[in-house]
Amino acid sequence: MSANFPSVGDRIVHKAFPPVTRHRLALYCGASGDHNPIHVDIDFAKAAGFPDVFSHGMLVMGYLGQALTDAVEPSRVRSFSTRFAAITQLGARLTCEGTVTELFEHGGEKRAKLALTTKDQNGEVKLAGEAVIAV
Amino acid sequence: MVDQSAVGRAFAPVTARVEPGRLRFFLDTLGERNPLYREPEAARAAGYAAAPVPPTYLFCLEMMDAADPFEFLTALGIDLANVLHGEQRFDYHAPAVVGDTLTFESRVTGVTDKKGGAMTLIVVETMVTNQDGVHVADTSRTVVVRNARPS
Repeated sequence: MSANFPSVGDRIVHKAFPPVTRHRLALYCGASGDHNPIHVDIDFAKAAGFPDVFSHGMLVMGYLGQALTDAVEPSRVRSFSTRFAAITQLGARLTCEGTVTELFEHGGEKRAKLALTTKDQNGEVKLAGEAVIAV
Repeated sequence: MVDQSAVGRAFAPVTARVEPGRLRFFLDTLGERNPLYREPEAARAAGYAAAPVPPTYLFCLEMMDAADPFEFLTALGIDLANVLHGEQRFDYHAPAVVGDTLTFESRVTGVTDKKGGAMTLIVVETMVTNQDGVHVADTSRTVVVRNARPS
């Protein structure tokens, strides 16, 4: 779908991702520079009071960013933010969505605000975010 | 426990180069197939000087090239095991592309206790500039510290 002339209510972002695996978390640990052992070392995670390792929030935000820039060219993204609403567990099958909530002008530029979510296979919201894009 | 005295505290600037090889590792890890990120010709055809970085990659670059990626936790006496990522924000002002050398300057801008002191929210804001002095982005992360409960 084109993001060139969106209307309020349009769902312009939608993408599903494969299940989160231990292997993916290990790769993300290396690829992102975030070496916090809580995401890859079950002994460390248990000592910290968690039943198992869990996803980096930024891996999930990376997926949401990918879904966003599949629909909107990166140079049009003015801001991108999210709250990490819940821990993303191993096996989570994530779906990222974004809906236009507002059209406005800023400094002569036409912009749209998007409400973004990432949910798992049970519909639990993991990320609740927002982006402002130039349209 | 971290208190208001931490607000304003600044950390060692981090300089990071956007290297194509390690960016490719990141793209592969996320299954990112967008040609804008992967093919320099596609990026140039779209008007970029080189392939742009994906929206969250600035966060990674700062960690990758920091002498101590968890410096602010160490400096504030926070145990890494007690930390969760609460919020993250990026404001983009200019493209960051492969070949850029970016400088990240971070400081604490907020400390808030929650749930009667069971949690502390710490906000760290970072200004990102490139090798030409262009202000390319501002980022803000909120870290949630799970404080030890009195026994």
